[in-house]
Amino acid sequence: MSDGAKARLAEEANDGVIAFRGVHYTLPSGQVLLRDINLTVQRGETLVLLGRSGAGKTTALKLINRLLEPTAGELQVDGRATLAWNPIELRRHIGYVIQETGLFPHYTVAENVALVPRLERKSAPHVRARVEELLALVGLDPARYLDRYPHELSGGQRQRVGVARALAADPPILLMDEPFGALDPLTRAEVREEFQAVQKRLGKTIVIVTHDTSEALLLGSRIALFEAGEIRGIYSPREFMASSEPVAAAYREQLRRLDEFERGT
Amino acid sequence: MNVVQYFERHPDEILQATVEHIWLVGIAMLIAVAIGVPLGILVARRPWLSKAILGGANIAETIPSLALFGFLLPVPWLGDRAARLAIAALALYALLPIIRNTAAGIASVDPAVREAARGMGMTERQILFKVELPLSLSTVLAGVRVATVLTIGIATIAAAVGAGGLGEYIFRGLAMVNNSLILAGAIPAALLALAADFFLSVLERWLRPAR
Repeated sequence: MSDGAKARLAEEANDGVIAFRGVHYTLPSGQVLLRDINLTVQRGETLVLLGRSGAGKTTALKLINRLLEPTAGELQVDGRATLAWNPIELRRHIGYVIQETGLFPHYTVAENVALVPRLERKSAPHVRARVEELLALVGLDPARYLDRYPHELSGGQRQRVGVARALAADPPILLMDEPFGALDPLTRAEVREEFQAVQKRLGKTIVIVTHDTSEALLLGSRIALFEAGEIRGIYSPREFMASSEPVAAAYREQLRRLDEFERGT
Repeated sequence: MNVVQYFERHPDEILQATVEHIWLVGIAMLIAVAIGVPLGILVARRPWLSKAILGGANIAETIPSLALFGFLLPVPWLGDRAARLAIAALALYALLPIIRNTAAGIASVDPAVREAARGMGMTERQILFKVELPLSLSTVLAGVRVATVLTIGIATIAAAVGAGGLGEYIFRGLAMVNNSLILAGAIPAALLALAADFFLSVLERWLRPAR
Protein backbone atom coordinates (compact mmCIF):
# COMPACT_ATOMS: atom_id res chain seq x y z
CA MET A 1 0.00 0.00 0.00
CA SER A 2 1.38 3.43 -0.90
CA ASP A 3 1.83 6.11 1.73
CA GLY A 4 -0.90 8.15 0.12
CA ALA A 5 -3.35 5.28 0.34
CA LYS A 6 -2.36 4.68 3.94
CA ALA A 7 -2.91 8.32 4.75
CA ARG A 8 -6.33 8.23 3.11
CA LEU A 9 -7.23 5.15 5.14
CA ALA A 10 -6.11 6.84 8.36
CA GLU A 11 -8.06 9.93 7.44
CA GLU A 12 -11.11 7.85 6.80
CA ALA A 13 -10.71 6.17 10.19
CA ASN A 14 -10.44 9.55 11.89
CA ASP A 15 -13.40 10.98 10.10
CA GLY A 16 -15.65 8.03 10.69
CA VAL A 17 -17.70 8.20 13.84
CA ILE A 18 -18.49 4.52 13.47
CA ALA A 19 -16.26 2.09 11.63
CA PHE A 20 -16.70 -1.61 10.92
CA ARG A 21 -13.40 -3.28 10.06
CA GLY A 22 -13.76 -6.82 8.73
CA VAL A 23 -16.52 -7.57 11.21
CA HIS A 24 -17.95 -11.07 11.44
CA TYR A 25 -20.71 -12.22 13.71
CA THR A 26 -21.27 -15.93 14.12
CA LEU A 27 -23.70 -17.59 16.52
CA PRO A 28 -22.38 -20.30 18.88
CA SER A 29 -24.31 -22.76 16.68
CA GLY A 30 -22.01 -21.82 13.80
CA GLN A 31 -24.64 -19.89 11.88
CA VAL A 32 -23.05 -16.84 10.25
CA LEU A 33 -25.13 -13.69 10.67
CA LEU A 34 -22.58 -11.18 9.40
CA ARG A 35 -19.64 -11.82 7.10
CA ASP A 36 -16.74 -9.41 6.66
CA ILE A 37 -18.57 -6.13 7.11
CA ASN A 38 -16.59 -3.00 6.25
CA LEU A 39 -18.39 0.25 6.69
CA THR A 40 -17.64 3.78 7.83
CA VAL A 41 -20.27 6.17 9.04
CA GLN A 42 -19.30 9.81 8.68
CA ARG A 43 -20.05 12.48 11.23
CA GLY A 44 -23.50 13.99 10.76
CA GLU A 45 -24.67 11.60 8.07
CA THR A 46 -27.71 9.35 8.12
CA LEU A 47 -26.79 5.88 7.02
CA VAL A 48 -29.61 3.49 6.26
CA LEU A 49 -29.10 -0.26 6.59
CA LEU A 50 -31.53 -1.68 4.06
CA GLY A 51 -32.29 -5.35 3.69
CA ARG A 52 -34.88 -8.04 4.15
CA SER A 53 -35.61 -9.77 7.47
CA GLY A 54 -32.65 -11.87 8.55
CA ALA A 55 -30.19 -9.99 6.33
CA GLY A 56 -28.16 -9.04 9.39
CA LYS A 57 -28.94 -5.33 9.63
CA THR A 58 -30.26 -5.41 13.20
CA THR A 59 -27.27 -7.52 14.23
CA ALA A 60 -24.99 -4.89 12.71
CA LEU A 61 -26.80 -2.16 14.65
CA LYS A 62 -26.51 -3.99 17.95
CA LEU A 63 -22.78 -4.42 17.41
CA ILE A 64 -22.42 -0.63 17.42
CA ASN A 65 -23.68 -0.14 20.98
CA ARG A 66 -22.19 -3.46 22.03
CA LEU A 67 -25.43 -5.24 22.75
CA LEU A 68 -23.55 -7.83 20.74
CA GLU A 69 -19.81 -8.29 20.34
CA PRO A 70 -18.14 -9.17 17.03
CA THR A 71 -16.77 -12.70 16.79
CA ALA A 72 -14.04 -11.43 14.45
CA GLY A 73 -12.85 -8.07 13.22
CA GLU A 74 -13.21 -4.76 14.99
CA LEU A 75 -15.73 -1.98 15.42
CA GLN A 76 -14.75 1.52 16.34
CA VAL A 77 -16.85 4.29 17.77
CA ASP A 78 -15.13 7.69 17.85
CA GLY A 79 -11.87 6.02 16.86
CA ARG A 80 -11.91 3.59 19.76
CA ALA A 81 -12.71 -0.13 19.55
CA THR A 82 -16.12 -0.87 21.09
CA LEU A 83 -14.48 -3.58 23.18
CA ALA A 84 -12.14 -0.96 24.65
CA TRP A 85 -15.09 1.19 25.73
CA ASN A 86 -16.85 0.70 29.01
CA PRO A 87 -20.11 -0.70 27.60
CA ILE A 88 -22.29 1.46 29.87
CA GLU A 89 -20.43 4.61 28.86
CA LEU A 90 -20.58 3.61 25.21
CA ARG A 91 -24.35 3.08 25.31
CA ARG A 92 -25.00 6.38 27.06
CA HIS A 93 -23.00 8.01 24.28
CA ILE A 94 -25.40 6.50 21.73
CA GLY A 95 -29.17 7.02 21.54
CA TYR A 96 -31.17 3.89 20.80
CA VAL A 97 -34.68 3.62 19.38
CA ILE A 98 -36.34 0.27 18.70
CA GLN A 99 -39.50 -0.67 16.88
CA GLU A 100 -41.55 -1.67 19.93
CA THR A 101 -40.13 1.49 21.58
CA GLY A 102 -39.37 -0.43 24.80
CA LEU A 103 -40.87 2.38 26.87
CA PHE A 104 -41.04 1.44 30.54
CA PRO A 105 -44.71 0.74 31.25
CA HIS A 106 -44.34 1.70 34.92
CA TYR A 107 -42.83 5.11 34.13
CA THR A 108 -44.68 8.19 32.95
CA VAL A 109 -43.71 9.88 29.69
CA ALA A 110 -41.62 12.39 31.67
CA GLU A 111 -39.86 9.65 33.63
CA ASN A 112 -39.18 7.65 30.49
CA VAL A 113 -37.62 10.60 28.69
CA ALA A 114 -35.67 11.61 31.82
CA LEU A 115 -34.21 8.15 32.25
CA VAL A 116 -30.68 8.61 30.92
CA PRO A 117 -30.15 12.16 32.29
CA ARG A 118 -31.25 10.82 35.68
CA LEU A 119 -28.82 7.92 35.42
CA GLU A 120 -26.17 10.51 34.66
CA ARG A 121 -27.24 12.32 37.83
CA LYS A 122 -28.21 15.57 36.17
CA SER A 123 -30.00 18.04 38.44
CA ALA A 124 -33.80 17.81 38.60
CA PRO A 125 -34.67 21.28 37.21
CA HIS A 126 -32.23 20.75 34.36
CA VAL A 127 -33.80 17.38 33.56
CA ARG A 128 -37.33 18.79 33.74
CA ALA A 129 -36.50 21.56 31.29
CA ARG A 130 -34.78 19.09 28.98
CA VAL A 131 -37.77 16.74 28.99
CA GLU A 132 -40.15 19.54 28.06
CA GLU A 133 -37.84 20.76 25.34
CA LEU A 134 -37.60 17.27 23.84
CA LEU A 135 -41.31 16.56 23.92
CA ALA A 136 -41.91 19.82 22.12
CA LEU A 137 -39.20 18.85 19.63
CA VAL A 138 -40.94 15.58 18.73
CA GLY A 139 -44.31 17.32 18.51
CA LEU A 140 -45.95 16.39 21.80
CA ASP A 141 -47.42 19.09 24.02
CA PRO A 142 -45.49 18.71 27.31
CA ALA A 143 -48.36 20.00 29.47
CA ARG A 144 -50.64 17.28 28.11
CA TYR A 145 -48.30 14.32 27.93
CA LEU A 146 -45.72 14.61 30.71
CA ASP A 147 -47.67 12.61 33.28
CA ARG A 148 -49.28 10.05 31.01
CA TYR A 149 -48.27 6.41 30.98
CA PRO A 150 -47.21 4.66 27.76
CA HIS A 151 -50.40 2.59 27.62
CA GLU A 152 -52.39 5.82 27.44
CA LEU A 153 -50.65 6.83 24.21
CA SER A 154 -51.21 5.88 20.57
CA GLY A 155 -48.51 4.00 18.68
CA GLY A 156 -47.30 7.16 16.97
CA GLN A 157 -47.10 9.05 20.24
CA ARG A 158 -45.19 6.21 21.87
CA GLN A 159 -42.73 6.26 18.99
CA ARG A 160 -42.17 9.99 19.45
CA VAL A 161 -41.56 9.48 23.15
CA GLY A 162 -39.08 6.74 22.22
CA VAL A 163 -37.19 9.20 20.01
CA ALA A 164 -37.29 11.89 22.71
CA ARG A 165 -35.92 9.42 25.23
CA ALA A 166 -33.07 8.45 22.93
CA LEU A 167 -32.17 12.12 22.44
CA ALA A 168 -32.43 13.05 26.11
CA ALA A 169 -28.75 12.88 27.02
CA ASP A 170 -27.87 14.63 23.74
CA PRO A 171 -25.84 11.71 22.37
CA PRO A 172 -23.87 12.47 19.21
CA ILE A 173 -24.95 9.15 17.69
CA LEU A 174 -28.44 7.75 17.23
CA LEU A 175 -29.29 4.14 16.36
CA MET A 176 -32.80 3.37 15.16
CA ASP A 177 -34.13 -0.12 14.51
CA GLU A 178 -37.23 0.02 12.31
CA PRO A 179 -38.29 3.11 14.22
CA PHE A 180 -41.44 3.62 12.19
CA GLY A 181 -42.17 -0.03 11.43
CA ALA A 182 -45.04 -0.57 13.87
CA LEU A 183 -47.00 2.48 12.75
CA ASP A 184 -49.91 2.63 10.34
CA PRO A 185 -48.97 4.18 6.97
CA LEU A 186 -50.41 7.64 7.63
CA THR A 187 -48.94 8.06 11.11
CA ARG A 188 -45.75 6.63 9.74
CA ALA A 189 -45.43 9.29 7.07
CA GLU A 190 -46.20 11.97 9.62
CA VAL A 191 -43.71 10.81 12.25
CA ARG A 192 -41.11 10.29 9.54
CA GLU A 193 -41.49 13.84 8.28
CA GLU A 194 -41.17 15.23 11.75
CA PHE A 195 -38.15 13.08 12.29
CA GLN A 196 -36.58 14.53 9.15
CA ALA A 197 -37.03 18.02 10.56
CA VAL A 198 -35.47 16.96 13.86
CA GLN A 199 -32.61 15.35 11.98
CA LYS A 200 -31.89 18.57 10.07
CA ARG A 201 -31.92 20.63 13.24
CA LEU A 202 -29.75 18.40 15.39
CA GLY A 203 -27.18 17.13 12.89
CA LYS A 204 -26.62 13.82 14.70
CA THR A 205 -24.85 10.85 13.23
CA ILE A 206 -27.68 8.41 12.64
CA VAL A 207 -27.87 4.75 11.64
CA ILE A 208 -31.35 3.52 10.72
CA VAL A 209 -32.39 -0.05 10.01
CA THR A 210 -35.30 -0.53 7.64
CA HIS A 211 -36.67 -2.89 5.01
CA ASP A 212 -38.65 -0.13 3.34
CA THR A 213 -37.03 1.18 0.16
CA SER A 214 -38.87 4.49 0.06
CA GLU A 215 -37.96 5.14 3.67
CA ALA A 216 -34.33 4.40 2.90
CA LEU A 217 -34.31 6.82 -0.03
CA LEU A 218 -36.14 9.49 1.92
CA LEU A 219 -34.08 9.44 5.11
CA GLY A 220 -30.66 8.19 4.11
CA SER A 221 -27.72 10.23 2.95
CA ARG A 222 -26.27 6.83 2.13
CA ILE A 223 -27.75 3.36 1.91
CA ALA A 224 -25.92 0.16 2.84
CA LEU A 225 -27.62 -2.76 1.17
CA PHE A 226 -27.58 -5.94 3.27
CA GLU A 227 -28.27 -9.38 1.89
CA ALA A 228 -27.62 -12.69 3.64
CA GLY A 229 -25.18 -11.23 6.17
CA GLU A 230 -23.12 -9.29 3.65
CA ILE A 231 -23.04 -5.77 2.34
CA ARG A 232 -23.88 -5.79 -1.36
CA GLY A 233 -23.11 -2.14 -1.84
CA ILE A 234 -23.11 1.30 -0.28
CA TYR A 235 -24.87 3.98 -2.30
CA SER A 236 -26.09 7.51 -2.19
CA PRO A 237 -29.84 7.56 -2.95
CA ARG A 238 -29.01 8.68 -6.50
CA GLU A 239 -26.47 5.87 -6.99
CA PHE A 240 -28.94 3.40 -5.53
CA MET A 241 -31.48 4.29 -8.20
CA ALA A 242 -28.84 3.74 -10.89
CA SER A 243 -27.11 0.66 -9.47
CA SER A 244 -26.88 -2.50 -11.52
CA GLU A 245 -26.63 -4.70 -8.41
CA PRO A 246 -29.48 -7.22 -8.74
CA VAL A 247 -30.63 -6.83 -5.13
CA ALA A 248 -30.80 -3.06 -5.48
CA ALA A 249 -32.69 -3.55 -8.72
CA ALA A 250 -35.16 -5.81 -6.93
CA TYR A 251 -35.85 -3.10 -4.36
CA ARG A 252 -36.29 -0.56 -7.14
CA GLU A 253 -38.69 -2.88 -8.89
CA GLN A 254 -40.80 -2.93 -5.73
CA LEU A 255 -40.82 0.89 -5.79
CA ARG A 256 -41.65 1.07 -9.51
CA ARG A 257 -44.64 -1.23 -9.08
CA LEU A 258 -45.94 0.90 -6.25
CA ASP A 259 -45.46 3.98 -8.39
CA GLU A 260 -47.30 2.43 -11.35
CA PHE A 261 -50.14 1.47 -9.10
CA GLU A 262 -50.40 4.99 -7.74
CA ARG A 263 -50.44 6.44 -11.25
CA GLY A 264 -52.99 3.85 -12.25
CA THR A 265 -51.07 2.46 -15.21
CA MET B 1 -69.78 -26.30 75.88
CA ASN B 2 -70.08 -25.27 72.26
CA VAL B 3 -67.52 -23.28 70.34
CA VAL B 4 -69.32 -19.94 70.69
CA GLN B 5 -69.37 -20.29 74.45
CA TYR B 6 -65.71 -21.19 74.36
CA PHE B 7 -64.89 -18.02 72.46
CA GLU B 8 -66.91 -16.02 74.96
CA ARG B 9 -65.16 -17.44 77.96
CA HIS B 10 -61.58 -17.40 76.73
CA PRO B 11 -61.20 -14.40 74.42
CA ASP B 12 -57.80 -13.40 75.80
CA GLU B 13 -56.39 -16.86 75.49
CA ILE B 14 -57.56 -17.25 71.89
CA LEU B 15 -56.33 -13.81 71.01
CA GLN B 16 -52.93 -14.65 72.42
CA ALA B 17 -52.77 -17.86 70.41
CA THR B 18 -53.78 -15.91 67.30
CA VAL B 19 -51.04 -13.36 67.91
CA GLU B 20 -48.54 -16.19 68.35
CA HIS B 21 -49.76 -17.69 65.11
CA ILE B 22 -49.40 -14.42 63.22
CA TRP B 23 -45.95 -13.97 64.68
CA LEU B 24 -44.79 -17.45 63.57
CA VAL B 25 -46.14 -16.94 60.07
CA GLY B 26 -44.95 -13.33 59.82
CA ILE B 27 -41.34 -14.06 60.74
CA ALA B 28 -41.31 -17.16 58.55
CA MET B 29 -42.61 -15.15 55.58
CA LEU B 30 -40.04 -12.41 56.09
CA ILE B 31 -37.29 -15.02 56.01
CA ALA B 32 -38.84 -16.81 53.03
CA VAL B 33 -39.09 -13.55 51.04
CA ALA B 34 -35.53 -12.57 52.00
CA ILE B 35 -34.26 -15.91 50.67
CA GLY B 36 -36.85 -16.71 48.00
CA VAL B 37 -36.75 -13.48 45.99
CA PRO B 38 -32.95 -13.54 45.47
CA LEU B 39 -33.18 -17.23 44.59
CA GLY B 40 -35.97 -16.44 42.13
CA ILE B 41 -33.81 -13.78 40.52
CA LEU B 42 -30.99 -16.31 40.30
CA VAL B 43 -33.32 -18.82 38.64
CA ALA B 44 -34.36 -16.20 36.07
CA ARG B 45 -30.76 -15.16 35.40
CA ARG B 46 -29.02 -18.53 35.40
CA PRO B 47 -31.29 -21.11 33.81
CA TRP B 48 -28.76 -23.86 34.52
CA LEU B 49 -29.24 -23.25 38.25
CA SER B 50 -33.01 -23.36 38.02
CA LYS B 51 -33.23 -27.16 38.14
CA ALA B 52 -31.18 -27.37 41.33
CA ILE B 53 -32.95 -24.51 43.10
CA LEU B 54 -36.50 -25.33 42.06
CA GLY B 55 -35.83 -29.03 42.59
CA GLY B 56 -34.61 -28.40 46.12
CA ALA B 57 -37.59 -26.19 46.96
CA ASN B 58 -39.90 -28.77 45.42
CA ILE B 59 -38.51 -31.53 47.61
CA ALA B 60 -38.96 -29.37 50.73
CA GLU B 61 -42.54 -28.85 49.65
CA THR B 62 -43.24 -32.59 49.39
CA ILE B 63 -42.01 -33.54 52.88
CA PRO B 64 -45.08 -34.08 55.08
CA SER B 65 -45.16 -31.14 57.47
CA LEU B 66 -45.29 -33.19 60.64
CA ALA B 67 -42.22 -35.12 59.48
CA LEU B 68 -40.37 -31.91 58.59
CA PHE B 69 -40.87 -30.57 62.11
CA GLY B 70 -39.52 -33.86 63.39
CA PHE B 71 -36.51 -33.82 61.05
CA LEU B 72 -35.50 -30.34 62.17
CA LEU B 73 -35.73 -31.18 65.87
CA PRO B 74 -32.17 -32.57 66.19
CA VAL B 75 -30.60 -29.76 64.13
CA PRO B 76 -28.28 -27.86 66.57
CA TRP B 77 -29.41 -24.23 67.20
CA LEU B 78 -32.69 -24.69 65.31
CA GLY B 79 -33.96 -27.46 67.57
CA ASP B 80 -33.15 -25.51 70.75
CA ARG B 81 -36.38 -23.57 70.75
CA ALA B 82 -39.72 -24.71 69.41
CA ALA B 83 -40.63 -21.37 67.82
CA ARG B 84 -37.29 -21.18 66.03
CA LEU B 85 -37.79 -24.66 64.66
CA ALA B 86 -41.34 -23.93 63.55
CA ILE B 87 -40.31 -20.72 61.80
CA ALA B 88 -37.54 -22.51 59.90
CA ALA B 89 -39.91 -25.24 58.74
CA LEU B 90 -42.60 -22.74 57.70
CA ALA B 91 -40.09 -20.61 55.80
CA LEU B 92 -38.96 -23.72 53.95
CA TYR B 93 -42.55 -24.39 52.84
CA ALA B 94 -43.08 -20.81 51.77
CA LEU B 95 -39.98 -20.79 49.55
CA LEU B 96 -41.25 -22.62 46.47
CA PRO B 97 -44.15 -20.32 45.49
CA ILE B 98 -42.00 -17.25 46.11
CA ILE B 99 -39.05 -18.50 44.06
CA ARG B 100 -41.28 -19.68 41.25
CA ASN B 101 -43.28 -16.47 41.02
CA THR B 102 -40.23 -14.22 41.22
CA ALA B 103 -38.62 -16.13 38.36
CA ALA B 104 -41.86 -16.10 36.35
CA GLY B 105 -42.36 -12.37 36.98
CA ILE B 106 -38.90 -11.49 35.75
CA ALA B 107 -39.21 -13.81 32.76
CA SER B 108 -42.46 -12.10 31.77
CA VAL B 109 -40.88 -8.64 31.43
CA ASP B 110 -41.22 -7.55 27.79
CA PRO B 111 -37.89 -8.32 26.04
CA ALA B 112 -38.17 -4.99 24.18
CA VAL B 113 -38.22 -3.16 27.52
CA ARG B 114 -35.17 -5.05 28.71
CA GLU B 115 -33.35 -4.45 25.44
CA ALA B 116 -34.14 -0.75 25.53
CA ALA B 117 -32.87 -0.59 29.11
CA ARG B 118 -29.59 -2.23 28.16
CA GLY B 119 -29.28 -0.17 24.99
CA MET B 120 -29.65 3.05 26.95
CA GLY B 121 -26.76 2.11 29.17
CA MET B 122 -28.43 0.88 32.34
CA THR B 123 -26.25 -1.44 34.40
CA GLU B 124 -27.47 -4.96 35.19
CA ARG B 125 -28.22 -3.80 38.74
CA GLN B 126 -30.23 -0.81 37.52
CA ILE B 127 -32.17 -3.02 35.12
CA LEU B 128 -32.99 -5.38 37.98
CA PHE B 129 -34.04 -2.77 40.53
CA LYS B 130 -35.59 -0.12 38.29
CA VAL B 131 -37.17 -2.28 35.61
CA GLU B 132 -37.45 -6.00 36.24
CA LEU B 133 -38.41 -6.04 39.92
CA PRO B 134 -40.91 -3.16 39.77
CA LEU B 135 -42.56 -4.79 36.75
CA SER B 136 -42.75 -8.21 38.40
CA LEU B 137 -43.82 -6.94 41.82
CA SER B 138 -47.44 -8.05 41.50
CA THR B 139 -46.40 -11.53 40.36
CA VAL B 140 -43.93 -11.83 43.25
CA LEU B 141 -46.68 -10.71 45.59
CA ALA B 142 -49.04 -13.35 44.20
CA GLY B 143 -46.41 -15.91 45.22
CA VAL B 144 -46.16 -14.37 48.68
CA ARG B 145 -49.94 -14.54 48.98
CA VAL B 146 -50.10 -18.24 48.07
CA ALA B 147 -47.20 -18.96 50.43
CA THR B 148 -48.81 -17.01 53.30
CA VAL B 149 -52.13 -18.81 53.03
CA LEU B 150 -50.31 -22.14 52.85
CA THR B 151 -48.14 -21.28 55.83
CA ILE B 152 -51.04 -20.15 58.01
CA GLY B 153 -52.53 -23.61 57.60
CA ILE B 154 -49.29 -25.51 58.15
CA ALA B 155 -48.43 -23.36 61.18
CA THR B 156 -51.21 -25.12 63.12
CA ILE B 157 -49.00 -28.19 63.06
CA ALA B 158 -46.20 -26.25 64.78
CA ALA B 159 -48.09 -26.83 68.01
CA ALA B 160 -46.99 -30.48 67.77
CA VAL B 161 -43.44 -29.40 68.65
CA GLY B 162 -44.65 -26.94 71.27
CA ALA B 163 -44.31 -23.76 69.24
CA GLY B 164 -47.74 -22.53 70.24
CA GLY B 165 -50.20 -20.79 67.95
CA LEU B 166 -53.75 -21.79 67.09
CA GLY B 167 -52.70 -25.40 66.56
CA GLU B 168 -52.62 -25.78 70.36
CA TYR B 169 -56.41 -25.88 70.39
CA ILE B 170 -56.61 -28.28 67.52
CA PHE B 171 -54.21 -30.76 69.11
CA ARG B 172 -55.85 -30.41 72.51
CA GLY B 173 -59.26 -30.88 70.93
CA LEU B 174 -58.05 -33.98 69.08
CA ALA B 175 -56.63 -35.46 72.27
CA MET B 176 -59.80 -34.74 74.24
CA VAL B 177 -62.14 -35.58 71.35
CA ASN B 178 -63.66 -32.14 71.78
CA ASN B 179 -64.90 -30.57 68.57
CA SER B 180 -65.47 -27.16 70.12
CA LEU B 181 -61.85 -27.00 71.07
CA ILE B 182 -60.74 -28.03 67.57
CA LEU B 183 -62.96 -25.33 66.09
CA ALA B 184 -61.61 -22.77 68.53
CA GLY B 185 -58.28 -23.22 66.76
CA ALA B 186 -59.50 -23.96 63.27
CA ILE B 187 -61.93 -21.06 62.84
CA PRO B 188 -59.47 -18.26 63.71
CA ALA B 189 -56.82 -19.96 61.53
CA ALA B 190 -59.22 -20.09 58.59
CA LEU B 191 -60.27 -16.46 59.12
CA LEU B 192 -56.63 -15.46 59.32
CA ALA B 193 -55.93 -17.19 56.01
CA LEU B 194 -58.92 -15.50 54.35
CA ALA B 195 -57.91 -12.10 55.70
CA ALA B 196 -54.31 -12.51 54.52
CA ASP B 197 -55.54 -13.62 51.10
CA PHE B 198 -57.86 -10.64 50.80
CA PHE B 199 -55.36 -8.07 52.02
CA LEU B 200 -52.52 -9.34 49.84
CA SER B 201 -54.68 -9.64 46.73
CA VAL B 202 -55.78 -6.02 47.15
CA LEU B 203 -52.14 -5.00 47.43
CA GLU B 204 -51.31 -7.14 44.42
CA ARG B 205 -53.96 -5.50 42.26
CA TRP B 206 -52.80 -2.10 43.36
CA LEU B 207 -49.22 -2.90 42.35
CA ARG B 208 -50.05 -4.55 39.04
CA PRO B 209 -48.43 -2.58 36.22
CA ALA B 210 -50.81 -1.05 33.73
CA ARG B 211 -50.67 -2.53 30.26
